[in-house]
Amino acid sequence: MINLLVKDLTEKYGFEISAGGSSLNNEIKKAYIGDLLSWVMGRAPEGSAWVTIQGHINVIAVAELINAACIIVCENASFTPDTISKADSEGIPLLKTKLTAYEVAKIFVAENV
Amino acid sequence: MNFSYQVTKEDFSSAGDASSNFKRTLKKIGIPSNIIRKIAIAMYEAEINMVIHADGGVIEAEVLPEQVVVRLIDKGPGIEDIDLAMKEGFSTATDEIRNLGFGAGMGLPNMKRNSDFLKVNSVVGEGTTVEIIVNLV
Ligand SMILES: Nc1ncnc2c1ncn2[C@@H]1O[C@H](COP(=O)(O)OP(=O)(O)O)[C@@H](O)[C@H]1O
Ligand SMILES: [Mg+2]
Repeated sequence: MINLLVKDLTEKYGFEISAGGSSLNNEIKKAYIGDLLSWVMGRAPEGSAWVTIQGHINVIAVAELINAACIIVCENASFTPDTISKADSEGIPLLKTKLTAYEVAKIFVAENV
Repeated sequence: MNFSYQVTKEDFSSAGDASSNFKRTLKKIGIPSNIIRKIAIAMYEAEINMVIHADGGVIEAEVLPEQVVVRLIDKGPGIEDIDLAMKEGFSTATDEIRNLGFGAGMGLPNMKRNSDFLKVNSVVGEGTTVEIIVNLV
């Protein structure tokens, strides 16, 4: 079976890539939704696509800790320029979408994540 | 092998850098990734606490043949009731800090869960020392 790739989210679902364009072939095997950093760090499965509304720089460290396949910032929540540059230097794809976390989850269900 | 890091007070943009750095170092040394994750999570939580609750401080990390020891030392306000602070959900963080997704009151519980030994020493008005040990074997 072919897994969902990060780049599929842009090509098929119109998510906008804001940073980390070097890692778009990361596979999405699992996903996790959460905005409390400690919670996400403690519970998110390794390699998850992480769906959140947090857009400040500390999400990058958390994403690194859980080896996130990508960070998806939903509902067009804003993120800061330093978040973008850190995501680029760490090679973590940072995606933006107008969809809610629930709608993003529905995509994952449809894609058998 | 010994490593040391400086943590700056109220510097959110570099909060977590020490943990990220140490994580990369452990990877280079060849520590298994499930163990790295435990160490990195525990250290990150403690590092963030130094930034949001104290005035920054120093971190000393040591890689021994059978364990990794991380000691985080700050000269912040100290913790009045450590048992209470260890409780899941207990937090004195401000709303501003909560809006950033910190202050869920899960830092110390996360440290406990991800370490094989955790010791918190604190003197009100003087500071806090957190020692985290994760076994390699
Ligand atoms: N280094 C520290 N200096 C002073 N107080 C601390 C320190 N670490 C933790 N605390 C206290 O313990 C509480 C619980 O910490 P923690 O479990 O990490 O939750 P949180 O950081 O989300 O508040 C904090 O809200 C704070 O009152
Ligand atoms: Mg904390």
